[in-house]
Amino acid sequence: MSAATNDQLPILDVQDLSVAYATEAGMLHTVRHVSLRVGRGEVYGLVGESGSGKTTLASAVVRYLPANGRILGGRVLLNGVNLLELSPADMRRVWGAQIAVVPQSPRTSVNPSIVIGEQIAEVARVHLGMSRPAAWQKALDMLHQVGMPDPEAVALRYAHQLSGGMLQRVLIAMALTTNPQLLIMDEPTTGLDVTTEAVILDLIQELLQRYQSAALYITHNLGVVARICNWVGVMYAGELMEEGSIQDVFKCAMHPYTLGLLGCVPRVDASKHEVRLYTIPGYIPRLDQLPGGCIFAPRCMLAEAACQEQRPPLVEVNPRHLTACRRWPEVEADRGRFVRFQERVSSARQMSDEPPVLEAQGIKKYFKSTGRMFSLGLSGKMPMVRAVDDISLSARRNLTVGIVGESGCGKTTLARCIVGLEEATAGEVMLEGQRLPAAVTRRPRALLKKLQMVFQNPDASLNPQHTVADIIGRPLVLLGNIGKEAVLERCAALLEAVNLPVSYLNRLPHELSGGEKQRVAIARAFAAQPSVLICDEPISALDVSVQAALLNLLVELQAAEGNAYLFISHDLAAVRHISDWIVIVYLGRLWEVGPAAQVFAPPMHPYTEALLSAIPIPDPDVRQERIRLSGSVPSAVNIPPGCRFHTRCPRKLGPICESEEPPWQSVDGQHRICCHIPLDTLCQLQKDVLDTARSSPCAPTPAGLGSGV
Amino acid sequence: MGRYLARRLGFILFTMLLASVIIFVITQLMPGDVAQMIAGRWATQEALAKLRTELGLNRPVVVQYLDWVGRFIVGDWGKSLTTGSEALPLVMSRLRNSAMLAGLAFLFYVPPGILLGVVAALKRDQLIDQLITAVSMAFVGLPEFVSGLLLIAFIALGLGWLPANSSIDPGASFVEAFPQLILPAIAVSLTSLGYVARMTRSSTIEVLRTDYVRIAYLKGLPRHQVLFKHVLRNALLPTVTVVAMGIGWLIGGLIVTEAVFGYPGLGRLLVYGIQRRDLILIQACSMVIITIYSVSNLVADILYGLLNPRIRLG
Repeated sequence: MSAATNDQLPILDVQDLSVAYATEAGMLHTVRHVSLRVGRGEVYGLVGESGSGKTTLASAVVRYLPANGRILGGRVLLNGVNLLELSPADMRRVWGAQIAVVPQSPRTSVNPSIVIGEQIAEVARVHLGMSRPAAWQKALDMLHQVGMPDPEAVALRYAHQLSGGMLQRVLIAMALTTNPQLLIMDEPTTGLDVTTEAVILDLIQELLQRYQSAALYITHNLGVVARICNWVGVMYAGELMEEGSIQDVFKCAMHPYTLGLLGCVPRVDASKHEVRLYTIPGYIPRLDQLPGGCIFAPRCMLAEAACQEQRPPLVEVNPRHLTACRRWPEVEADRGRFVRFQERVSSARQMSDEPPVLEAQGIKKYFKSTGRMFSLGLSGKMPMVRAVDDISLSARRNLTVGIVGESGCGKTTLARCIVGLEEATAGEVMLEGQRLPAAVTRRPRALLKKLQMVFQNPDASLNPQHTVADIIGRPLVLLGNIGKEAVLERCAALLEAVNLPVSYLNRLPHELSGGEKQRVAIARAFAAQPSVLICDEPISALDVSVQAALLNLLVELQAAEGNAYLFISHDLAAVRHISDWIVIVYLGRLWEVGPAAQVFAPPMHPYTEALLSAIPIPDPDVRQERIRLSGSVPSAVNIPPGCRFHTRCPRKLGPICESEEPPWQSVDGQHRICCHIPLDTLCQLQKDVLDTARSSPCAPTPAGLGSGV
Repeated sequence: MGRYLARRLGFILFTMLLASVIIFVITQLMPGDVAQMIAGRWATQEALAKLRTELGLNRPVVVQYLDWVGRFIVGDWGKSLTTGSEALPLVMSRLRNSAMLAGLAFLFYVPPGILLGVVAALKRDQLIDQLITAVSMAFVGLPEFVSGLLLIAFIALGLGWLPANSSIDPGASFVEAFPQLILPAIAVSLTSLGYVARMTRSSTIEVLRTDYVRIAYLKGLPRHQVLFKHVLRNALLPTVTVVAMGIGWLIGGLIVTEAVFGYPGLGRLLVYGIQRRDLILIQACSMVIITIYSVSNLVADILYGLLNPRIRLG
């Protein structure tokens, strides 16, 4: 379908666009000479790390830049009309009618004090000239189109009454009301849970096909691009590095940066024992200090002296496949060397028989529901939030336990209970055979140091007033008794261990990048020489290349120090990569536990299966089973009776799931699942899935608009 | 919303109860003996004792307090110790005067304050914004006795446009009193005008930056529609609350302004009561002021709840 549109006039034709921001430090040239085209019915994915200029480019296309943004040159043609020459009044007629935007954060993008229906209806009134009742009807119709259950009721609700996934549906409905020719989607699924993301991506895919709009899809997630785009442009520090069809770019990448990005992403079918993730050394250059030649040269494994002399132009190596690498013939000729940047390693460790260093038994954490701030008080009964409801797990030296589940399932509360930041309502934590008091304040120092934690957001967990040396040295001073010089020496060693230069000792957190801050946080945790390290979403807030480097670092440190890890994440691929043992959490309980290799291949528990099928995989040829969970995780105040997962389970058996708690079944030795469905049935189901996947031919068209499995 | 209201109402009743205890205790602790004050310096011991029994001053303090609160609720506020007239009608006529002044001041500062704030926010960092910000800063920092005296000096005495003295006749209607209300109302308004303008400006700027306003523009809505429907509704939320709470201050707290202009309002009556150690007047005025404060707080809460769906439907 994509080849046919080449001859027609593209819907969006960006030519040589340059955008800059006026700052105190002078003009920052955020987007430089970018050209791209999107035809009717096509989805163009724009990928790149943060700071690559993708969002600025999109804002320039719709001419909605921040006040200090300037478009320095180029043309933005929408159906042949240059938008940059339109008057503000004409532009307003284009907005909403011909171009619609689906933004990144649904929660903040819907007006909190206007009902949902009106926010859609006003678009219909302004652009379609509809009367009030007709526009309202149109709003209901749009809500229906985006698969909103009970549109009449939802139309009368306010933003705070809907979940993030529902709000994103509302914004998509809003954008499609006028059937615009061009949709700009700026990371529309980034803040959502992986299961919700999958549902929204399906919806976007289906609607784009139905409406035949052109779409510019901005994301940092290569898996999402592979799933829904036909074309992809890889941006780096304000310029396009490579552009082509999904097949071309994912299967025969012609730029080392693209190959690097692909190599960074952990895969669900390979763990740390098989591959070491590729990492791109260094960081995106600052826009006011761009290198002279190829801007990627300082980080490129192929760079040679000639690369630093002149900026390589984008060349068309195949029809509509462009790369800005001057060494592309070598990349092409010797693809074998570059195709798999992920090195194979083999370091499989056996499950040892030695006793676990950490054992958590029957942990429960109930909170008083503080729900709505103002509705409290008068009625006496306080409902309980059962955040963690009887979870037991253990961790052994040298091994990593991955804890997986959607947001709101209790992963973080569990971690905080183990560390003692939350006082568990019930249950006990044993560390190296010693029982730990529930509250961290009552734990003896000698035990405190053995249990360390790395938090999700290093901005919040590092004191902005303390230097790196203070931060890393603090646990050394507090938990050991060593002299000043020894502390500094040890700090330097720790910095080296986390691959930061020793000169960073005197820096303050704000002088570090996000990845560097997280390295400091890891160094601080290791300073105490913990026997157990708990990582709560340590990489979620970071770019893919930085994520890969941190995952590698954690793997290396564990190999050297032999600590046990608890690794909490909603990113299944990352968990699969780093973990030896995986536990699946839902609504405060465990549902499946087992060795990492067995939990995902094949997934036995219906919840695991759904999580796995939701992961966007950066390979257009991969055909995933399409299991989708409806709705969001129920509130932990009203936990469904029987099996807690029955309200969303795609493989629900019948009434037994609603009334009886499911039994634990042993799949294979240590691999156990908690489900009513007999094991044989589950095995058969997975065999069928595999068979269908094998028998269906691997279609050569991009996965974007193909029908799902 | 029902629960929210019930909670706020309960909270306000509790506040008033607490305030009544404090007022009662303070008036008890004031130097001087009530019976002595009423009977005069030369009264005999027998007369004093008789008076104390009549007034119930021999009873335990708690009983006296409960008696006072009970009488207050049913409208028996006692007689002024200095003028001998009933406290209730006296306080009420002063309350009426205060309300007239407050109403006019309210008109003088709320609409212009909001307008200035919104204009400043829309023209952010431009000359007009800087001008508005500077002027409102100056107004906020200007005490009423200064602005009041300046107004009297220039407009009343200098230009002779309006009377300098605002001691209106008791029972004068709003129209009759109007010329004498203008200057004190302006004096009161200036401080609040600056405050409302600054508050509106900052909340409008905040809302203009939100994602939903960006989306509203990108939906192609006309500018005025974005402004009135998407921006102001959210931006004025904090302003409305502050303005509603300001009602209490306007009616009960204008002591200085009323003194400067000689205006017979509630504040002046309270000052008079304190000067003459008129316990009955002090108690009555204080309770009325407390009540007005509480009610205006309640109004602010209700308005906030009505305008904010998170609370209305929470």
